[in-house]
Amino acid sequence: MKNVIEVNNLRKEFKAYSSRTGLKGAFRDLLTRNYKIVPAVNDINFSVKKGEMVGYIGENGAGKSTTIKMLTGILTPSSGDIIVNGMNPHREREKFVQTIGVVFGQRSQLWWDIAVQESFRLLKKVYKVSDEDYNTHMNHVIHTLDIEPLLDKPVRKLSLGQRMRCELAAALIHNPPLLFLDEPTIGLDVLVKLKIRDFLKEINEKYQTTILLTTHDLTDIEALCERVIMLDEGKVIYDGALKNLQEKWGEGKEIQFQFLEHVELSAVHKLTSEIPVKWDLDEKEQIFTATLEDNDEIISQLIAKVVAEFKIKDVKINETSTEEIIRNIYEKGAV
Amino acid sequence: MMLAYRTNYYTGILIYSINIGAYYFLWSAIYGSKEEIVGLSVTQMTTYVAVSWMARAFYFNNLDREMALEIMEGKVAVELIRPYNYLGMKVMQGLGEGIFRLFFFSAPGLIIVYFVFPVKFTWDLSVWGLFAISILLSFFINTELNLLTGITTFFIYNNSGLIRAKRVVIDLFSGLLLPISFFPGWAQDVMKYLPFQGISYFPSMIVTKGFSQSQAIDAIAQQFVWVILLFFPIQILWSLAKKQLIIQGG
Repeated sequence: MKNVIEVNNLRKEFKAYSSRTGLKGAFRDLLTRNYKIVPAVNDINFSVKKGEMVGYIGENGAGKSTTIKMLTGILTPSSGDIIVNGMNPHREREKFVQTIGVVFGQRSQLWWDIAVQESFRLLKKVYKVSDEDYNTHMNHVIHTLDIEPLLDKPVRKLSLGQRMRCELAAALIHNPPLLFLDEPTIGLDVLVKLKIRDFLKEINEKYQTTILLTTHDLTDIEALCERVIMLDEGKVIYDGALKNLQEKWGEGKEIQFQFLEHVELSAVHKLTSEIPVKWDLDEKEQIFTATLEDNDEIISQLIAKVVAEFKIKDVKINETSTEEIIRNIYEKGAV
Repeated sequence: MMLAYRTNYYTGILIYSINIGAYYFLWSAIYGSKEEIVGLSVTQMTTYVAVSWMARAFYFNNLDREMALEIMEGKVAVELIRPYNYLGMKVMQGLGEGIFRLFFFSAPGLIIVYFVFPVKFTWDLSVWGLFAISILLSFFINTELNLLTGITTFFIYNNSGLIRAKRVVIDLFSGLLLPISFFPGWAQDVMKYLPFQGISYFPSMIVTKGFSQSQAIDAIAQQFVWVILLFFPIQILWSLAKKQLIIQGG
Protein backbone atom coordinates (compact mmCIF):
# COMPACT_ATOMS: atom_id res chain seq x y z
CA MET A 1 0.00 0.00 0.00
CA LYS A 2 1.38 3.37 -0.95
CA ASN A 3 2.08 5.95 1.71
CA VAL A 4 -0.47 8.69 2.04
CA ILE A 5 1.99 10.83 4.02
CA GLU A 6 5.76 10.70 3.71
CA VAL A 7 8.01 12.97 5.73
CA ASN A 8 11.79 12.98 5.32
CA ASN A 9 14.25 14.98 7.38
CA LEU A 10 11.69 17.67 7.93
CA ARG A 11 12.95 20.79 9.57
CA LYS A 12 11.36 24.13 10.40
CA GLU A 13 13.32 26.91 12.00
CA PHE A 14 12.01 30.15 13.40
CA LYS A 15 13.78 33.28 14.47
CA ALA A 16 13.06 33.75 18.15
CA TYR A 17 13.63 37.35 19.04
CA SER A 18 14.61 38.25 22.57
CA SER A 19 14.01 41.64 24.11
CA ARG A 20 16.81 43.32 25.94
CA THR A 21 16.06 44.36 29.51
CA GLY A 22 15.46 47.82 30.83
CA LEU A 23 14.92 51.18 29.17
CA LYS A 24 18.35 51.29 27.57
CA GLY A 25 17.71 47.81 26.17
CA ALA A 26 14.40 48.90 24.70
CA PHE A 27 16.08 51.72 22.81
CA ARG A 28 18.84 49.45 21.53
CA ASP A 29 16.10 47.10 20.32
CA LEU A 30 14.88 49.88 18.03
CA LEU A 31 18.12 49.59 16.10
CA THR A 32 19.05 45.90 16.13
CA ARG A 33 17.38 42.83 17.61
CA ASN A 34 18.94 39.82 19.29
CA TYR A 35 17.66 36.56 17.96
CA LYS A 36 18.21 32.85 18.10
CA ILE A 37 17.32 30.36 15.45
CA VAL A 38 15.04 27.79 17.04
CA PRO A 39 14.20 24.52 15.31
CA ALA A 40 10.54 23.98 16.06
CA VAL A 41 10.64 20.79 14.02
CA ASN A 42 14.01 19.09 14.09
CA ASP A 43 14.71 16.64 11.22
CA ILE A 44 11.78 14.28 11.72
CA ASN A 45 10.85 11.23 9.63
CA PHE A 46 7.65 9.24 9.46
CA SER A 47 5.10 7.85 7.05
CA VAL A 48 1.40 7.06 7.20
CA LYS A 49 -0.50 4.49 5.12
CA LYS A 50 -4.02 4.81 3.76
CA GLY A 51 -6.74 4.05 6.25
CA GLU A 52 -4.57 4.47 9.33
CA MET A 53 -5.77 6.47 12.32
CA VAL A 54 -2.68 8.00 13.89
CA GLY A 55 -2.45 9.98 17.10
CA TYR A 56 0.06 12.79 16.99
CA ILE A 57 0.88 13.85 20.53
CA GLY A 58 3.34 15.90 22.50
CA GLU A 59 3.60 18.58 25.12
CA ASN A 60 2.52 22.11 24.35
CA GLY A 61 5.18 23.62 22.15
CA ALA A 62 6.58 20.28 20.97
CA GLY A 63 6.04 21.19 17.34
CA LYS A 64 2.77 19.39 16.56
CA SER A 65 0.83 22.30 15.06
CA THR A 66 3.90 23.39 13.09
CA THR A 67 4.15 19.92 11.54
CA ILE A 68 0.45 19.89 10.71
CA LYS A 69 0.75 23.30 9.08
CA MET A 70 3.59 22.04 6.92
CA LEU A 71 1.65 18.88 6.03
CA THR A 72 -1.33 20.97 4.96
CA GLY A 73 0.75 23.33 2.86
CA ILE A 74 0.35 26.45 4.97
CA LEU A 75 4.00 26.73 5.97
CA THR A 76 7.10 25.97 3.94
CA PRO A 77 9.69 23.69 5.52
CA SER A 78 13.15 25.10 6.16
CA SER A 79 14.52 21.83 4.76
CA GLY A 80 13.43 18.27 4.09
CA ASP A 81 10.70 16.69 1.96
CA ILE A 82 7.02 16.22 2.43
CA ILE A 83 4.85 14.22 0.08
CA VAL A 84 1.15 14.01 0.92
CA ASN A 85 -1.34 12.28 -1.38
CA GLY A 86 1.46 12.19 -3.92
CA MET A 87 1.91 15.97 -3.98
CA ASN A 88 4.07 18.68 -2.46
CA PRO A 89 1.53 20.43 -0.21
CA HIS A 90 2.93 23.93 -0.45
CA ARG A 91 3.86 24.05 -4.11
CA GLU A 92 0.72 22.40 -5.45
CA ARG A 93 -1.51 24.00 -2.86
CA GLU A 94 -4.72 24.63 -4.74
CA LYS A 95 -4.79 21.15 -6.24
CA PHE A 96 -3.61 19.54 -3.03
CA VAL A 97 -6.16 21.01 -0.61
CA GLN A 98 -8.99 19.50 -2.65
CA THR A 99 -7.85 16.15 -1.28
CA ILE A 100 -7.69 16.99 2.40
CA GLY A 101 -10.04 18.08 5.14
CA VAL A 102 -8.82 20.05 8.15
CA VAL A 103 -10.47 20.83 11.45
CA PHE A 104 -8.72 23.41 13.59
CA GLY A 105 -9.98 23.20 17.14
CA GLN A 106 -9.08 26.76 17.92
CA ARG A 107 -10.21 28.44 14.71
CA SER A 108 -13.49 28.35 12.91
CA GLN A 109 -13.73 27.72 9.21
CA LEU A 110 -17.41 28.53 9.04
CA TRP A 111 -18.62 32.03 8.17
CA TRP A 112 -19.53 33.77 11.38
CA ASP A 113 -22.59 35.83 10.47
CA ILE A 114 -24.56 33.46 8.28
CA ALA A 115 -26.49 30.23 8.83
CA VAL A 116 -24.64 26.90 8.96
CA GLN A 117 -26.32 25.58 5.84
CA GLU A 118 -25.17 28.63 3.89
CA SER A 119 -21.59 27.87 4.90
CA PHE A 120 -22.11 24.29 3.76
CA ARG A 121 -23.54 25.39 0.44
CA LEU A 122 -20.67 27.79 -0.11
CA LEU A 123 -18.11 25.10 0.64
CA LYS A 124 -19.99 22.72 -1.64
CA LYS A 125 -19.50 25.19 -4.48
CA VAL A 126 -15.87 25.88 -3.57
CA TYR A 127 -15.00 22.18 -3.63
CA LYS A 128 -17.18 21.55 -6.70
CA VAL A 129 -19.20 18.75 -5.11
CA SER A 130 -22.11 17.52 -7.22
CA ASP A 131 -25.66 17.77 -5.87
CA GLU A 132 -26.04 13.98 -5.76
CA ASP A 133 -22.82 13.37 -3.88
CA TYR A 134 -23.60 16.19 -1.51
CA ASN A 135 -27.11 14.96 -0.71
CA THR A 136 -26.27 11.31 -0.15
CA HIS A 137 -23.12 12.00 1.79
CA MET A 138 -24.09 15.03 3.85
CA ASN A 139 -27.54 13.79 4.85
CA HIS A 140 -25.84 10.92 6.57
CA VAL A 141 -23.21 13.17 8.17
CA ILE A 142 -25.82 15.64 9.38
CA HIS A 143 -27.91 12.86 10.81
CA THR A 144 -25.03 11.13 12.60
CA LEU A 145 -23.65 14.30 14.13
CA ASP A 146 -27.18 15.37 15.00
CA ILE A 147 -26.84 18.87 13.59
CA GLU A 148 -30.16 19.00 11.69
CA PRO A 149 -31.73 21.53 14.12
CA LEU A 150 -28.68 23.77 13.86
CA LEU A 151 -28.59 24.22 10.09
CA ASP A 152 -30.55 27.44 9.85
CA LYS A 153 -28.83 29.17 12.78
CA PRO A 154 -26.02 31.70 12.30
CA VAL A 155 -22.75 30.28 13.56
CA ARG A 156 -22.29 33.04 16.12
CA LYS A 157 -25.36 31.77 17.97
CA LEU A 158 -24.06 28.22 18.47
CA SER A 159 -22.45 26.80 21.58
CA LEU A 160 -18.93 25.39 21.30
CA GLY A 161 -20.06 21.77 21.12
CA GLN A 162 -22.62 22.56 18.46
CA ARG A 163 -20.06 24.54 16.49
CA MET A 164 -17.42 21.80 16.61
CA ARG A 165 -19.88 19.26 15.23
CA CYS A 166 -20.67 21.65 12.38
CA GLU A 167 -16.95 22.24 11.77
CA LEU A 168 -16.39 18.52 11.45
CA ALA A 169 -19.28 18.23 9.00
CA ALA A 170 -17.90 21.16 7.00
CA ALA A 171 -14.50 19.49 6.71
CA LEU A 172 -16.16 16.44 5.19
CA ILE A 173 -18.32 18.03 2.52
CA HIS A 174 -15.94 16.96 -0.22
CA ASN A 175 -15.34 13.55 1.43
CA PRO A 176 -11.57 13.91 1.56
CA PRO A 177 -9.42 10.75 1.74
CA LEU A 178 -7.19 12.40 4.34
CA LEU A 179 -8.37 14.24 7.43
CA PHE A 180 -6.25 16.40 9.75
CA LEU A 181 -7.79 17.02 13.13
CA ASP A 182 -6.00 19.58 15.28
CA GLU A 183 -7.51 19.46 18.77
CA PRO A 184 -11.05 18.76 17.55
CA THR A 185 -12.52 17.86 20.94
CA ILE A 186 -11.15 20.78 22.90
CA GLY A 187 -13.74 22.04 25.39
CA LEU A 188 -16.38 19.45 24.53
CA ASP A 189 -18.58 17.47 26.89
CA VAL A 190 -18.47 13.69 27.20
CA LEU A 191 -21.54 12.97 25.06
CA VAL A 192 -20.40 15.08 22.14
CA LYS A 193 -16.94 13.51 22.30
CA LEU A 194 -18.47 10.04 22.07
CA LYS A 195 -20.60 11.06 19.10
CA ILE A 196 -17.56 12.44 17.33
CA ARG A 197 -15.44 9.38 18.08
CA ASP A 198 -18.07 6.99 16.77
CA PHE A 199 -18.46 9.12 13.70
CA LEU A 200 -14.72 9.09 12.97
CA LYS A 201 -14.55 5.34 13.38
CA GLU A 202 -17.44 4.98 10.99
CA ILE A 203 -15.95 7.05 8.18
CA ASN A 204 -12.61 5.34 8.64
CA GLU A 205 -14.29 1.98 8.13
CA LYS A 206 -16.63 3.05 5.36
CA TYR A 207 -14.37 5.26 3.23
CA GLN A 208 -10.91 4.19 4.41
CA THR A 209 -10.34 7.81 5.39
CA THR A 210 -6.85 8.32 6.79
CA ILE A 211 -6.95 10.38 9.98
CA LEU A 212 -4.16 12.27 11.72
CA LEU A 213 -5.35 13.34 15.14
CA THR A 214 -3.58 15.87 17.34
CA THR A 215 -5.01 16.05 20.79
CA HIS A 216 -4.24 16.32 24.48
CA ASP A 217 -7.18 14.13 25.37
CA LEU A 218 -5.63 10.68 25.78
CA THR A 219 -8.99 8.95 26.02
CA ASP A 220 -9.60 10.06 22.42
CA ILE A 221 -6.30 8.49 21.40
CA GLU A 222 -7.07 5.30 23.28
CA ALA A 223 -10.49 5.05 21.68
CA LEU A 224 -9.44 5.80 18.12
CA CYS A 225 -5.77 5.34 17.34
CA GLU A 226 -3.81 2.14 17.08
CA ARG A 227 -0.64 4.05 16.40
CA VAL A 228 0.87 7.09 18.07
CA ILE A 229 3.67 9.37 17.09
CA MET A 230 5.06 11.27 20.04
CA LEU A 231 6.88 14.54 19.56
CA ASP A 232 9.13 16.29 22.05
CA GLU A 233 11.05 19.50 21.37
CA GLY A 234 10.77 18.97 17.64
CA LYS A 235 11.92 15.35 17.58
CA VAL A 236 9.97 12.10 17.26
CA ILE A 237 10.53 10.14 20.46
CA TYR A 238 8.08 7.30 19.82
CA ASP A 239 6.41 5.99 16.70
CA GLY A 240 4.50 2.74 17.01
CA ALA A 241 1.49 0.92 18.38
CA LEU A 242 -0.19 2.37 21.42
CA LYS A 243 -0.46 -1.11 22.92
CA ASN A 244 3.29 -1.58 22.81
CA LEU A 245 3.71 1.62 24.72
CA GLN A 246 1.49 0.31 27.47
CA GLU A 247 3.24 -3.04 27.53
CA LYS A 248 6.75 -1.63 27.55
CA TRP A 249 6.20 1.26 29.83
CA GLY A 250 3.27 0.24 31.92
CA GLU A 251 4.56 -0.48 35.37
CA GLY A 252 2.41 -3.59 35.65
CA LYS A 253 -0.83 -3.69 37.55
CA GLU A 254 -2.11 -2.07 40.70
CA ILE A 255 -4.53 -3.80 43.05
CA GLN A 256 -6.35 -1.69 45.60
CA PHE A 257 -7.84 -3.32 48.69
CA GLN A 258 -10.18 -1.88 51.24
CA PHE A 259 -10.77 -3.99 54.37
CA LEU A 260 -13.77 -4.13 56.69
CA GLU A 261 -11.64 -4.16 59.82
CA HIS A 262 -8.52 -2.26 60.69
CA VAL A 263 -5.43 -3.96 59.26
CA GLU A 264 -1.79 -3.14 59.85
CA LEU A 265 0.53 -2.67 56.89
CA SER A 266 3.10 -4.94 58.53
CA ALA A 267 0.55 -7.78 58.64
CA VAL A 268 -0.10 -7.47 54.95
CA HIS A 269 3.65 -7.40 54.24
CA LYS A 270 4.19 -10.52 56.27
CA LEU A 271 1.38 -12.35 54.50
CA THR A 272 2.69 -11.68 51.02
CA SER A 273 6.40 -11.76 51.71
CA GLU A 274 6.99 -14.51 49.14
CA ILE A 275 5.28 -12.64 46.31
CA PRO A 276 7.22 -9.89 44.46
CA VAL A 277 4.89 -7.04 45.38
CA LYS A 278 5.20 -3.47 46.61
CA TRP A 279 2.65 -2.22 49.14
CA ASP A 280 1.51 1.35 49.75
CA LEU A 281 -0.99 2.60 52.30
CA ASP A 282 -3.21 5.64 52.02
CA GLU A 283 -3.68 6.38 55.73
CA LYS A 284 -6.67 8.67 55.34
CA GLU A 285 -8.78 6.47 53.10
CA GLN A 286 -7.29 3.19 54.39
CA ILE A 287 -6.64 1.99 50.88
CA PHE A 288 -3.91 -0.63 50.48
CA THR A 289 -2.31 -0.52 47.04
CA ALA A 290 -0.27 -3.47 45.77
CA THR A 291 1.94 -2.79 42.74
CA LEU A 292 3.18 -5.87 40.97
CA GLU A 293 4.16 -7.35 37.63
CA ASP A 294 1.40 -7.85 35.05
CA ASN A 295 1.40 -11.64 35.53
CA ASP A 296 -2.01 -13.32 35.87
CA GLU A 297 -0.72 -16.14 38.09
CA ILE A 298 1.01 -13.89 40.59
CA ILE A 299 -1.99 -11.57 40.67
CA SER A 300 -4.34 -14.46 41.35
CA GLN A 301 -2.03 -15.75 44.08
CA LEU A 302 -1.92 -12.36 45.76
CA ILE A 303 -5.66 -11.83 45.68
CA ALA A 304 -6.33 -15.34 46.93
CA LYS A 305 -3.99 -14.92 49.91
CA VAL A 306 -5.26 -11.49 50.94
CA VAL A 307 -8.93 -12.36 50.58
CA ALA A 308 -8.50 -15.55 52.57
CA GLU A 309 -6.87 -13.73 55.48
CA PHE A 310 -8.81 -10.46 55.75
CA LYS A 311 -12.43 -9.43 55.32
CA ILE A 312 -12.77 -7.41 52.08
CA LYS A 313 -14.78 -4.24 51.57
CA ASP A 314 -13.54 -3.45 48.02
CA VAL A 315 -11.05 -4.77 45.48
CA LYS A 316 -9.96 -2.87 42.36
CA ILE A 317 -7.50 -3.87 39.66
CA ASN A 318 -5.93 -0.98 37.72
CA GLU A 319 -3.51 -0.86 34.84
CA THR A 320 -1.05 1.97 34.72
CA SER A 321 -3.11 4.46 32.77
CA THR A 322 -2.00 5.76 29.41
CA GLU A 323 -2.02 9.19 30.95
CA GLU A 324 0.56 8.17 33.55
CA ILE A 325 2.72 6.54 30.91
CA ILE A 326 2.61 9.66 28.77
CA ARG A 327 3.28 11.87 31.75
CA ASN A 328 6.35 9.86 32.64
CA ILE A 329 7.61 10.08 29.11
CA TYR A 330 7.05 13.82 28.96
CA GLU A 331 8.94 14.24 32.23
CA LYS A 332 11.84 12.07 31.20
CA GLY A 333 11.89 13.36 27.65
CA ALA A 334 12.53 9.96 26.10
CA VAL A 335 10.97 6.55 25.70
CA MET B 1 -22.98 39.94 5.32
CA MET B 2 -24.67 43.14 4.24
CA LEU B 3 -28.04 41.44 4.20
CA ALA B 4 -27.34 39.63 7.46
CA TYR B 5 -27.91 42.67 9.62
CA ARG B 6 -31.07 44.58 8.77
CA THR B 7 -30.65 47.84 10.66
CA ASN B 8 -27.22 48.19 9.15
CA TYR B 9 -28.74 48.11 5.68
CA TYR B 10 -31.45 50.69 6.22
CA THR B 11 -29.29 53.20 8.04
CA GLY B 12 -26.68 52.78 5.33
CA ILE B 13 -28.91 54.43 2.74
CA LEU B 14 -29.57 57.32 5.07
CA ILE B 15 -25.86 57.76 5.68
CA TYR B 16 -25.11 58.15 1.98
CA SER B 17 -27.75 60.82 1.58
CA ILE B 18 -26.53 62.74 4.62
CA ASN B 19 -22.93 62.58 3.40
CA ILE B 20 -23.81 64.06 0.04
CA GLY B 21 -25.99 66.69 1.66
CA ALA B 22 -23.22 67.79 4.00
CA TYR B 23 -20.81 68.34 1.11
CA TYR B 24 -23.47 70.17 -0.86
CA PHE B 25 -23.93 72.74 1.90
CA LEU B 26 -20.18 73.09 2.30
CA TRP B 27 -19.65 73.79 -1.38
CA SER B 28 -22.62 76.15 -1.59
CA ALA B 29 -21.06 78.21 1.16
CA ILE B 30 -17.69 78.18 -0.60
CA TYR B 31 -19.19 79.22 -3.94
CA GLY B 32 -21.17 82.04 -2.34
CA SER B 33 -22.45 84.08 -5.26
CA LYS B 34 -19.77 82.97 -7.76
CA GLU B 35 -20.99 81.38 -10.96
CA GLU B 36 -18.11 78.98 -11.35
CA ILE B 37 -14.74 78.07 -9.91
CA VAL B 38 -12.02 76.54 -12.13
CA GLY B 39 -14.57 75.77 -14.83
CA LEU B 40 -17.11 73.96 -12.62
CA SER B 41 -20.49 75.51 -11.84
CA VAL B 42 -22.29 74.97 -8.52
CA THR B 43 -24.61 72.41 -10.13
CA GLN B 44 -21.68 70.58 -11.70
CA MET B 45 -19.86 70.63 -8.37
CA THR B 46 -22.86 69.21 -6.54
CA THR B 47 -23.25 66.55 -9.18
CA TYR B 48 -19.51 65.84 -8.88
CA VAL B 49 -19.87 65.30 -5.14
CA ALA B 50 -22.95 63.10 -5.52
CA VAL B 51 -21.29 60.98 -8.18
CA SER B 52 -18.01 60.75 -6.24
CA TRP B 53 -19.79 59.21 -3.31
CA MET B 54 -21.85 56.93 -5.49
CA ALA B 55 -18.69 55.71 -7.20
CA ARG B 56 -16.99 55.29 -3.84
CA ALA B 57 -19.77 52.89 -2.82
CA PHE B 58 -18.62 50.71 -5.66
CA TYR B 59 -14.84 50.91 -5.50
CA PHE B 60 -14.46 51.06 -1.75
CA ASN B 61 -13.71 47.98 0.34
CA ASN B 62 -12.07 47.04 3.60
CA LEU B 63 -9.84 44.35 2.15
CA ASP B 64 -6.72 45.86 3.68
CA ARG B 65 -8.20 45.83 7.17
CA GLU B 66 -9.75 42.38 6.72
CA MET B 67 -6.48 40.89 5.51
CA ALA B 68 -4.56 42.54 8.34
CA LEU B 69 -7.02 41.11 10.87
CA GLU B 70 -6.94 37.66 9.33
CA ILE B 71 -3.17 37.62 9.46
CA MET B 72 -2.96 38.91 13.00
CA GLU B 73 -5.54 36.40 14.25
CA GLY B 74 -4.03 33.56 12.30
CA LYS B 75 -7.28 33.03 10.45
CA VAL B 76 -5.37 33.18 7.19
CA ALA B 77 -4.45 29.54 7.92
CA VAL B 78 -8.06 28.56 7.30
CA GLU B 79 -8.08 30.48 4.00
CA LEU B 80 -4.93 28.75 2.83
CA ILE B 81 -6.50 25.32 3.12
CA ARG B 82 -9.21 26.25 0.68
CA PRO B 83 -8.71 25.39 -2.98
CA TYR B 84 -8.86 28.89 -4.38
CA ASN B 85 -6.48 31.72 -5.02
CA TYR B 86 -6.60 33.83 -1.85
CA LEU B 87 -6.05 37.17 -3.55
CA GLY B 88 -8.46 36.34 -6.35
CA MET B 89 -11.09 35.44 -3.79
CA LYS B 90 -10.60 38.74 -1.96
CA VAL B 91 -10.98 40.73 -5.18
CA MET B 92 -14.20 38.90 -6.04
CA GLN B 93 -15.48 39.49 -2.52
CA GLY B 94 -14.80 43.20 -2.93
CA LEU B 95 -16.49 43.22 -6.34
CA GLY B 96 -19.58 41.51 -4.95
CA GLU B 97 -19.78 43.98 -2.10
CA GLY B 98 -19.25 46.89 -4.48
CA ILE B 99 -22.02 45.82 -6.83
CA PHE B 100 -24.38 45.30 -3.92
CA ARG B 101 -23.60 48.69 -2.43
CA LEU B 102 -23.94 50.39 -5.80
CA PHE B 103 -27.44 49.09 -6.46
CA PHE B 104 -28.84 48.85 -2.98
CA PHE B 105 -27.22 51.73 -1.16
CA SER B 106 -26.12 54.47 -3.48
CA ALA B 107 -28.88 54.09 -6.10
CA PRO B 108 -31.64 54.64 -3.52
CA GLY B 109 -29.50 57.29 -1.86
CA LEU B 110 -28.97 59.05 -5.18
CA ILE B 111 -32.69 59.09 -5.91
CA ILE B 112 -33.31 60.81 -2.59
CA VAL B 113 -30.54 63.32 -3.29
CA TYR B 114 -31.83 64.01 -6.81
CA PHE B 115 -35.10 65.29 -5.40
CA VAL B 116 -33.57 67.31 -2.58
CA PHE B 117 -30.51 69.00 -4.06
CA PRO B 118 -29.80 70.69 -7.43
CA VAL B 119 -28.08 67.75 -9.04
CA LYS B 120 -28.05 67.55 -12.81
CA PHE B 121 -27.27 64.35 -14.70
CA THR B 122 -26.64 64.03 -18.35
CA TRP B 123 -28.88 61.63 -20.24
CA ASP B 124 -26.18 60.93 -22.79
CA LEU B 125 -25.75 57.14 -22.82
CA SER B 126 -22.20 57.23 -24.18
CA VAL B 127 -21.15 59.28 -21.16
CA TRP B 128 -22.67 56.72 -18.80
CA GLY B 129 -21.00 53.93 -20.79
CA LEU B 130 -17.60 55.56 -20.35
CA PHE B 131 -18.43 56.13 -16.70
CA ALA B 132 -19.19 52.44 -16.19
CA ILE B 133 -15.84 51.43 -17.68
CA SER B 134 -14.10 54.06 -15.62
CA ILE B 135 -15.51 53.00 -12.25
CA LEU B 136 -14.74 49.37 -13.01
CA LEU B 137 -11.10 50.35 -13.56
CA SER B 138 -11.10 52.54 -10.46
CA PHE B 139 -12.38 49.53 -8.50
CA PHE B 140 -9.37 47.53 -9.66
CA ILE B 141 -6.89 50.30 -8.87
CA ASN B 142 -8.30 50.84 -5.38
CA THR B 143 -8.52 47.10 -4.70
CA GLU B 144 -4.95 46.55 -5.88
CA LEU B 145 -3.76 49.27 -3.52
CA ASN B 146 -5.74 47.62 -0.72
CA LEU B 147 -4.23 44.22 -1.50
CA LEU B 148 -0.73 45.69 -1.44
CA THR B 149 -1.40 47.24 1.96
CA GLY B 150 -2.94 44.00 3.22
CA ILE B 151 0.03 41.92 2.06
CA THR B 152 2.44 44.17 3.97
CA THR B 153 0.88 42.76 7.14
CA PHE B 154 2.77 39.55 6.41
CA PHE B 155 5.98 41.51 6.89
CA ILE B 156 4.97 44.22 9.34
CA TYR B 157 2.84 42.41 11.85
CA ASN B 158 0.86 45.39 13.01
CA ASN B 159 0.26 47.87 10.23
CA SER B 160 -2.83 49.75 11.42
CA GLY B 161 -0.88 53.02 11.16
CA LEU B 162 -0.01 52.25 7.55
CA ILE B 163 -3.62 51.43 6.74
CA ARG B 164 -4.86 54.69 8.21
CA ALA B 165 -2.25 56.70 6.37
CA LYS B 166 -3.18 55.00 3.12
CA ARG B 167 -6.87 55.82 3.68
CA VAL B 168 -6.12 59.50 4.15
CA VAL B 169 -3.81 59.63 1.14
CA ILE B 170 -6.36 57.97 -1.10
CA ASP B 171 -9.30 60.06 0.08
CA LEU B 172 -7.29 63.24 -0.42
CA PHE B 173 -5.47 62.48 -3.68
CA SER B 174 -8.23 60.52 -5.38
CA GLY B 175 -10.33 63.58 -5.95
CA LEU B 176 -13.08 62.48 -3.59
CA LEU B 177 -12.92 65.47 -1.29
CA LEU B 178 -11.76 67.97 -3.87
CA PRO B 179 -11.43 67.78 -7.64
CA ILE B 180 -7.80 67.55 -8.72
CA SER B 181 -8.29 70.62 -10.89
CA PHE B 182 -8.61 72.60 -7.66
CA PHE B 183 -5.14 71.59 -6.53
CA PRO B 184 -2.22 74.01 -7.03
CA GLY B 185 -0.38 73.61 -10.33
CA TRP B 186 2.69 71.85 -8.97
CA ALA B 187 0.51 69.36 -7.10
CA GLN B 188 -1.45 68.56 -10.24
CA ASP B 189 1.78 67.74 -12.04
CA VAL B 190 2.80 65.34 -9.27
CA MET B 191 -0.65 63.71 -9.29
CA LYS B 192 -0.17 62.86 -12.97
CA TYR B 193 2.45 60.27 -11.99
CA LEU B 194 0.37 58.67 -9.25
CA PRO B 195 -2.52 56.22 -9.58
CA PHE B 196 -4.84 57.98 -7.14
CA GLN B 197 -6.65 60.36 -9.41
CA GLY B 198 -7.81 57.37 -11.40
CA ILE B 199 -9.83 56.27 -8.42
CA SER B 200 -12.36 59.06 -8.04
CA TYR B 201 -11.44 62.14 -10.06
CA PHE B 202 -11.58 60.52 -13.49
CA PRO B 203 -14.96 58.77 -13.23
CA SER B 204 -16.59 61.80 -11.63
CA MET B 205 -15.29 64.22 -14.24
CA ILE B 206 -16.45 61.89 -17.00
CA VAL B 207 -20.04 61.75 -15.82
CA THR B 208 -20.34 65.44 -14.92
CA LYS B 209 -19.06 66.19 -18.39
CA GLY B 210 -16.09 68.02 -16.94
CA PHE B 211 -14.06 65.99 -19.47
CA SER B 212 -14.63 66.05 -23.19
CA GLN B 213 -14.98 62.68 -24.84
CA SER B 214 -11.35 62.54 -25.97
CA GLN B 215 -10.16 63.55 -22.51
CA ALA B 216 -12.40 60.83 -21.07
CA ILE B 217 -10.91 58.14 -23.28
CA ASP B 218 -7.43 59.36 -22.43
CA ALA B 219 -8.25 59.14 -18.73
CA ILE B 220 -9.57 55.58 -19.11
CA ALA B 221 -6.38 54.58 -20.90
CA GLN B 222 -4.33 55.94 -17.99
CA GLN B 223 -6.44 54.00 -15.50
CA PHE B 224 -5.90 50.84 -17.51
CA VAL B 225 -2.12 51.34 -17.47
CA TRP B 226 -2.17 51.65 -13.67
CA VAL B 227 -4.24 48.48 -13.28
CA ILE B 228 -1.57 46.55 -15.19
CA LEU B 229 1.36 48.24 -13.46
CA LEU B 230 0.07 47.55 -9.94
CA PHE B 231 -0.40 43.86 -10.74
CA PHE B 232 3.33 43.10 -10.64
CA PRO B 233 4.32 44.28 -7.13
CA ILE B 234 1.31 42.38 -5.80
CA GLN B 235 2.44 39.08 -7.31
CA ILE B 236 6.02 39.57 -6.15
CA LEU B 237 5.12 40.55 -2.61
CA TRP B 238 2.56 37.73 -2.36
CA SER B 239 5.00 34.99 -3.28
CA LEU B 240 7.54 36.47 -0.84
CA ALA B 241 4.87 36.65 1.86
CA LYS B 242 3.80 33.04 1.48
CA LYS B 243 7.38 31.84 1.81
CA GLN B 244 8.02 33.56 5.08
CA LEU B 245 4.59 33.01 6.54
CA ILE B 246 4.20 32.56 10.25
CA ILE B 247 0.78 31.71 11.59
CA GLN B 248 0.21 33.75 14.73
CA GLY B 249 -1.55 32.01 17.59
CA GLY B 250 -0.49 28.37 17.42
